[in-house]
Amino acid sequence: MNTAIDIALTVNGETVARRVEARTHLIDFLRLDLGLMGSHAGCEHGVCGACTLRVDGVIVRGCLVLAASLDGAVVETIEGVSDSGEIRDLQDAFVARNAAQCGFCTPGMLMAAADLLAHARKPKRDEIREAISGNYCRCTGYQAIVDAVEAVAKARVFRG
Amino acid sequence: MKAPPFGYVRANSMDHAFRLLAEYGEGSKVLAGGQSLLATLAFRLSEPSLLIDISRLSELAGITRQDDFVRVGAGTTHTMLGRDSLIQAHVPLLNDAVPYIAHTAIRNRGTIGGALAFADPAAELPACCVALDATIIAGSSRGERRIRASAFFVGLFVTALEPDEIIIAVEFPVVRTDERSVLMEIARRSGDYAMAGVALWARVDGLVLHAPRVVFFGVDDRPVLASGAGTALDGKRADAATVELAQTALDRDLDPPGDQHGGPALKRQLARTLLARAVAQILTQDKVARA
Repeated sequence: MNTAIDIALTVNGETVARRVEARTHLIDFLRLDLGLMGSHAGCEHGVCGACTLRVDGVIVRGCLVLAASLDGAVVETIEGVSDSGEIRDLQDAFVARNAAQCGFCTPGMLMAAADLLAHARKPKRDEIREAISGNYCRCTGYQAIVDAVEAVAKARVFRG
Repeated sequence: MKAPPFGYVRANSMDHAFRLLAEYGEGSKVLAGGQSLLATLAFRLSEPSLLIDISRLSELAGITRQDDFVRVGAGTTHTMLGRDSLIQAHVPLLNDAVPYIAHTAIRNRGTIGGALAFADPAAELPACCVALDATIIAGSSRGERRIRASAFFVGLFVTALEPDEIIIAVEFPVVRTDERSVLMEIARRSGDYAMAGVALWARVDGLVLHAPRVVFFGVDDRPVLASGAGTALDGKRADAATVELAQTALDRDLDPPGDQHGGPALKRQLARTLLARAVAQILTQDKVARA
């Protein structure tokens, strides 16, 4: 029986090929095999949202995806969307509003917020709260995070 | 925690999946979206020797209208269910249920087949299937078999599936113009499993409900069809007195065990509250939007 699986996938635009243990989830693969430490492993059973990232264009829980199942997939992590500048305004707003304290939830929070802003042109505060309801933050009390996301939504509308 | 070691095979066809399942039997598990299975493996609640990945099988994809039914492929994700125009028009209860199922990142991978096979007693889709009298189509190397939803959920995380069977699709009756449905639940955090929830289907004529199907979730080891409450509501003007009779009937319909949220008395109170709210909502539902 195969417990070591060969996969080839795209991570932040680069093709990588590796042999992975079947039980390895995507976050451990990124952190331990590829050295991409931006995606965080928190609860590792799909509750906390710290591992939120993109697979094939949609956000997923990285801890609930097996690396072995991702042959041919396109993975985008916080490193990728940071380098591309895609979420620069969100990151700036998080800094300006003090929406990150310890920072553990921040990569997942940014990925979830970016997904909301990609689908909703001008989300209301309760919609923002709903969109990040799957992402735990134990520091900020969420208010500053909602402020930051709302500010970016308004700025993007203004900018067109 | 980390999952225990296991083998992994991606099935390249339905027949391939059936063969693997027949060969490896109960030591194997079928991996669909993995949104419940991988969490339970992290807890080491089971230690399968092999995961059979069916997530990319085209045979399990697609939502199609067939006469008086909408057939939903087992591999349909919750996100797809929530966006599909056939579902919105003909099985609106499923569309209404989707926002309650976990969070966007989980809905993007979790599938209807996986949710039904996992059979969490607090999950929304099993209750919807019972309320809508859906038919679950199970396949194996022996052929296909049709199972009514009311006979499918047989215990805590236990279904009528045989060890060599995989859910292929679910068939839902197309909603008729006088039919309405409502889903609501009470949870501590948006997207968490419900402390209690209800799916209500009925034919509605003015203020009268006909042949209602009241199904609770999160109150027992499986979805519970509250037949006493249904009888109390059937054919009567759904005023406060009728609702109170139906709530009283719940005392016999339900026998909730306590869980991490609270004891039986809390579950009974939540069920009574949900029933009253669901009846009120089904009476005021916009008919034009559903027609």
